[in-house]
Amino acid sequence: MTVVTSPILSIVTFLPLLGALFIAFLPRNAGGDRNARHTALYTTIFTFAISLLIWINFDPRTADFQFIEDAAWIGPFRYKMGVDGISMLFVILTTFLMPLCILASWDSVQHRVKEYMIAFLVLETLMIGVFCALDLMLFYLFFEAGLIPMFLIIGVWGGQRRVYASFKFFLYTLLGSVLMLLAMFAMFSTAGTADIPTLIEVGATKFSREMQWWLFLAFLASFAVKLPMWPVHTWLPDAHVEAPTAGSVILAGILLKMGGYGFLRFSLPMFPIASQELAPFVFTLSVIAIIYTSLVALAQEDIKKLIAYSSVAHMGFVTLGIFTFSQQGIDGAIFQMLSHGIVSAALFLCVGIIYDRMHTREIAAYGGLADRMPIYAAVLMVFTMANVGLPGTSGFVGEFLTLVGAFGANTTFAFLATTGVVLSAAYALYLYRRVVFGALEKASLKAIPDMNPREIAIMAPLVILTILFGFYPALLLDVMAVSVKQLVTNFEAAVSQSTALNAQ
Amino acid sequence: MQHLLIYAPAFPEMLLAVAAMLLLMLGAFSEDNDHNGAFIGWLSIAFMIGAATIIALQPPATQTLFNGSFVVDQFSRFLKLLILGGTAVAMLLSFDFLRQKGLMKFEYPILMLLACVGMMMMVSANDLIALYLGVELQSLALYVLAAMNRDNVRSSEAGLKYFVLGALSSGMLLYGASLIYGFTGSTSFLEIANVAQAAPPSENIGLIFGLVFLLVGLAFKISAVPFHMWTPDVYQGAPTPVTAFFAAAPKMAAMGLLLRVLGGAFPGLEQQWQQIIWFISIASMLLGAFAAIGQNNIKRLMAYSSIGHIGFALVGLAAGTTEGAQGVLVYLLIYLVMTLGTFACILAMQRGDEMIEDIDQLAGLAQNNLLLAFTLAMLMFSLAGIPPLAGFWAKVYVFWPAVQAGLYPLAVIGVIASVIGAYYYLRIVKIMFFDEPQEKFVPVSANLAIVMGAALIFIFAFAIPQLGGPIVAAAEAAANSLRL
Repeated sequence: MTVVTSPILSIVTFLPLLGALFIAFLPRNAGGDRNARHTALYTTIFTFAISLLIWINFDPRTADFQFIEDAAWIGPFRYKMGVDGISMLFVILTTFLMPLCILASWDSVQHRVKEYMIAFLVLETLMIGVFCALDLMLFYLFFEAGLIPMFLIIGVWGGQRRVYASFKFFLYTLLGSVLMLLAMFAMFSTAGTADIPTLIEVGATKFSREMQWWLFLAFLASFAVKLPMWPVHTWLPDAHVEAPTAGSVILAGILLKMGGYGFLRFSLPMFPIASQELAPFVFTLSVIAIIYTSLVALAQEDIKKLIAYSSVAHMGFVTLGIFTFSQQGIDGAIFQMLSHGIVSAALFLCVGIIYDRMHTREIAAYGGLADRMPIYAAVLMVFTMANVGLPGTSGFVGEFLTLVGAFGANTTFAFLATTGVVLSAAYALYLYRRVVFGALEKASLKAIPDMNPREIAIMAPLVILTILFGFYPALLLDVMAVSVKQLVTNFEAAVSQSTALNAQ
Repeated sequence: MQHLLIYAPAFPEMLLAVAAMLLLMLGAFSEDNDHNGAFIGWLSIAFMIGAATIIALQPPATQTLFNGSFVVDQFSRFLKLLILGGTAVAMLLSFDFLRQKGLMKFEYPILMLLACVGMMMMVSANDLIALYLGVELQSLALYVLAAMNRDNVRSSEAGLKYFVLGALSSGMLLYGASLIYGFTGSTSFLEIANVAQAAPPSENIGLIFGLVFLLVGLAFKISAVPFHMWTPDVYQGAPTPVTAFFAAAPKMAAMGLLLRVLGGAFPGLEQQWQQIIWFISIASMLLGAFAAIGQNNIKRLMAYSSIGHIGFALVGLAAGTTEGAQGVLVYLLIYLVMTLGTFACILAMQRGDEMIEDIDQLAGLAQNNLLLAFTLAMLMFSLAGIPPLAGFWAKVYVFWPAVQAGLYPLAVIGVIASVIGAYYYLRIVKIMFFDEPQEKFVPVSANLAIVMGAALIFIFAFAIPQLGGPIVAAAEAAANSLRL
């Protein structure tokens, strides 16, 4: 049996669940807690190692789904898994960030450790499942089930206002998703299949223009909340601020990407006409998100909240890129998501490092850290620059490509979006100055220690990847190129076909 | 012998009816009442298992008895198994509670057994007389059960309230039945169906009038809005195991009867009854979602939750298709398991001799008894309809036919109601997991643990094709045997 024919996607998806089951039977004492940490770490590392096999055996020359598994499930729905150039990298991103999350929680979580590790492992299973699922119901199941562990992570291990944040997160996301569920039923009733590859092929022809509009809006309700887009982004700052560090990392690194992925997997290929016609609307929301949330970020007092708002702004670039319907734009959007997955995760981890020491996220409580924490200052500098989109970091490639795509589609929107790049430089550098530079005056900071080896071990791969992808983006772009090309070709064909029909 | 075999389709009912008589004798003529109660309870569980076995062994064909007034088909068999399961589990949940409260009288299992026979009769009824017989046999037993705890004011109040409103609804039902009889000249569903189809609805005003009253009577029994007022009080007042029983089995029977009546007796009038179902479905979902938010007593909360869930189940019925009926059956099965599991958890909320019903008292349960808290939390997520738990599949199978039938407004209101409803289920999870712990509960008894464990495994395992697949297929076969 080779890797290609083996059920590798199911193995990668459900391996963390196995680890979670194992942890559930550990005793409830200090030894059990220690074992829970180690089990979680080894499980996630092992999962990451196996997931690399997917990348190694992935054939980037075809746009078809690969590593397909197909089995009967409940009623008309099927258990179908598979990845293509768009989804594969998100699987890797998930498995890559998980061990870092576990490591980041090594010392900071001392309370109900077993449950914490179980929640994270279950969440990993569900997130990987989202990117592998090729059946509407299977996708929805993974997409929505992630709410349960995330709700508990925010609510149990979160900060002061954790209850409010967890409820807001849960109910907001749920409200968006249930409409998508109804849209899925409608698609299933009309097309007679819940198979995602088939729907991608026939969706454009099976659904009438009017139906595409409704379906698009229903999916938009879900993805816009998840991504999040302005004006339904308000749950994100709350959730980020209250979640424990690792929770924020997962939230920013992966959960947000599900929205962007959803647009690429469903909205564009299945409802091309509605996508085309509603693109100006999405552009408007994106540009508002970029400018408005950047300005809001500028005014924040809380480091995590600032990064949360910057996430919303960066996601604005993603939607902007996706709805240009061009190769550069979509390549850029996917690259931006992957890069943001690394950079924002790293930024939250950086906040976690100083939070563990000072137990405050107030910007005003810091200043002059460069004196006592030179390594930290250097690491944070790398990610601040990546967040700004400095050439040579991964952040630049994504923003550049999306803006190139956007200029091709609509100069006005592209111009407005470009101001976001300037604003992001403003808030990111302003934050950096206030936290790291200046004189080390505060008494509480006089004895703050620099990063320990564990923290360096967490940060090192992130720094390396940020710079590597900044200089050699082809590593990622080559994987997605063919799939994106096919997406764009099919999209253009569907749109021109419908224009031809209208012209008759 | 030959003459007896004709009655083979009704053997399960006969077995239980005879068993009830025998056990009554046994109870009445023995001396040690307290001790015998539990013994008779276990015996009646054994009889129910026997009846369920007979049903499972029956051939899948549709058979009628007593001049067509009693029909046994896949549909009634599916629901009878649910009813028997629900009653047996409710009985299992009762033992510890009743022993503690000194209520373990032998009448208790016998009344449950009789109610069970009535409910089985209801889902097999194919005639207005049989329908009424079943409904009344069930209801009279339930009235007494609600007032079982005679020395408790709330329990007596619950019994009385249930009786008065139940009698009112029976009156409505009878009134509707008499109108229908007067208009069609027959009590048989088949004959009524012939008349309903013979003329366009505009000429069948009398029949529609009767149908409306019939629906009102049945809406009382399933506690759908606007005929739900009795539910919170009765749920709160009745002894907790009795409440568990109320929430489980009678709902199955009444929904089954509703499906049978609308599908079997009133073809051609879909347009008319769909409007009514449409309305009570929306009203039940919304009231269930909003009214539960303010509740602090967990039994009252479950009452509103059950009203909401009936609304969701009715969404499938409103679709008026076979898929819709299948959805209702899947929904009922999953709801039965969830509700029994939840009541097992509620019965486990006990400090010393005192039963706890206040939701706030659950605070920090996750730190005292993680397994109980986890079970209840998952049941709450399942009731809220979050995947991958069984409650999600229940919603899938009712909303999907509704969308298929083009009932978009109903479906949209339904899912929004489910989001609102999610709030109060989450509140319970929040109290258990996020708040600071209070005094511990007493250890969970074996009976309760078995029910909780089974419910927990079920709600997780439903997404596995080996469990969910056969259940959905069985519901499909049952729905196909029903003419809708």
